[in-house]
This record gives sequence, C-alpha cells and structure tokens, in this order.
Amino acid sequence: MNPWITVVIIGVGTYLSRLSFVGALGSRAMPVWAERPLKYVAPSVLAALVLPAVLLRDGALDVAPASNPRFLAALAAAVVVIRFKSVSWAIVVGMGSLWLLQWLV
Amino acid sequence: MSEPQRQAYRDGLTAVAPLLVGVAPFGLAFGVAAGQSSIGAGLGFATSQIIFAGAAQLAAVQLFDAGAAAAVIIATALVINARHLMYSAALAPHFREFPTVWRLMLPYVMTDQAFAVSITRYEAVSDPDYKRRFYLGAALGLWFTWQSTTGLGALAGASVPASWSLDFAIPLVFLALLIPAVTNRPGLVAAIVAGAIAVAGAEVPYNLGLMIGATSGIVAGVVAERLNP
Repeated sequence: MNPWITVVIIGVGTYLSRLSFVGALGSRAMPVWAERPLKYVAPSVLAALVLPAVLLRDGALDVAPASNPRFLAALAAAVVVIRFKSVSWAIVVGMGSLWLLQWLV
Repeated sequence: MSEPQRQAYRDGLTAVAPLLVGVAPFGLAFGVAAGQSSIGAGLGFATSQIIFAGAAQLAAVQLFDAGAAAAVIIATALVINARHLMYSAALAPHFREFPTVWRLMLPYVMTDQAFAVSITRYEAVSDPDYKRRFYLGAALGLWFTWQSTTGLGALAGASVPASWSLDFAIPLVFLALLIPAVTNRPGLVAAIVAGAIAVAGAEVPYNLGLMIGATSGIVAGVVAERLNP
C-alpha cells in the first residue's frame, strides 16, 4: 500500500478516537470495563517499543557494551529521566553516551 | 476579539507553556528520525499534520523503516492512540455546551498535554466560552510547537549522515515517556510483560511482535490490578 494512504488511514482513525465521546449525541459515559485496559496502553506500548530497540542487536539478545553500546547508553538515559525528570537531558546523555562508547570501541 | 476572550486563549497558552519545553526535543528527535527514515522528510513531516500524535508517529516511522505491513502499522498506531478515547470521554461533558463546529474541530488538536491542562482548569470554571478558548489556546500552542520542531528536525535529519546514529533518539524518547508512565505496580507488570514478549517476539513475521507484546502487557496490567488492587 502507498505509505501516504497508510498515514491518512491512521490520521482518520486517530481523529475518530479523539472525536468519539465528544462527538456522540446525548450524554454517553465511558464504560468502566473499557477504562481499565486503557490505563495500561501507555506503559505496555512504550515498553514494547523501547526494550527490543535497546536489548537486541541483529535480532539476538546482546547487552555487551562493545557490540551493543545502545543498551548501556539507554541505561544512562534512564538514570537521567529517573533522577532529573528531564527529557532533553535524557536525549543529550543517551546520545552522548552512545557516541562515546562507539568512539571507545 | 474582546479582552476577556483574548485572556482565555492566553490562559490556555500560559498553562501549556511549561509542557512545550518537553515537547520541543521530542519534535526535533522525531523530525530527525523521520528525515533519515525510508519514508523521507516529506511524508515524515506530513504525519505531523495528518496524525498529530507523537508516539504514534514515531512508532509508524519505525515500522515503515522495518518494512512492516500496512495493516500492522495502522493497528499499532491506533492502539497507541486509543488513549484519546479516555480523554474524549472526560472532556465530553464540558464540550457538550460548545457550538457544533467547535465540537468537531477541537478534537483534531486533542493531545495528552492539552487534555491535562484543560481538565484541571475546568474544575475551577463554568463558562463554556472560556472553556473552549482556554482549550484552543493550549492546544494550538502545542500544535505550532510540534509543527515547527518536527519540520526543523526533518530538514536537519535529511542532511545528517547515518553514522551519527541519530535514529537512537527514537528509543530514547520512548524511554523518557515510558518511565513517568509507570506509576504503580500493575503498570510496572504491564511494562515488563509487554517488553519481554516484544523482545522474545522480535522475529515474529510482519513485525507483529510489537502488537502482541503491547496487548499482552495491557492484559497483564488488568490482571495484576485485579489480583492486587
């Protein structure tokens, strides 16, 4: 499929999820059974995106700094997020650590 | 525009301003990653107007780059954006009093940040005209920040060599979003299960590992909450 069409479909679907209850006629509340899973969408999706990106190299588990410096660099960025709650510094420290490790090995 | 009207927009913008400081590096990082990806700076930047939801845009670019099937990209992005249902449900009682055109237009600029500042302010005010202008002020502040930073990033990303590993900014951004999103034990269970299954399922065809991991995490979170409320 043309990637533009894929993006437009995502855009329409996203707009509809935003419109959902706001656009509904009458007063319709969110059913309780639906509320619970939605709370776990963010931690689940984000973890599923992050962990393979930093733990795997060429499809295999690899946390050795020499062959997969991304794991150690991500760990450094995680410490920055936890300690200083700063997104910008996490990116700076994460990228900086990666460059340093790539330069060292 | 009268002074009280202008004040409502200004209040919304002022409330969201501190959050924009956090949005700007995301925007730059996304733009750079999109500019370096296989979909290119043009379509990458267009997702900022067409989708206008950072995490979903980042995931879509990553999946496009990995050669995932369109259905997988769409499903993943829409699962990530399902949280808007929650925001829409919470805002609906307030938006009900707005003119229809506003009710149709305001959801397009709905974001985590615009939702958070508006729902907080709505507890203290009752004037619907103030409410819709406050929301729009906050939402447009975010929209312009996102457009300008992702646009700049895309321009820069297209001209930076791949050896700089700037694609690593994507997992870093997700990591910076993930840590504050884990607020309790069921959330932690959800994250660990989702991450572990996504790692184990990295070789699953069609890049479905992400979707399977994420859905398993959501189920695990619900179960953990039931067992240990």
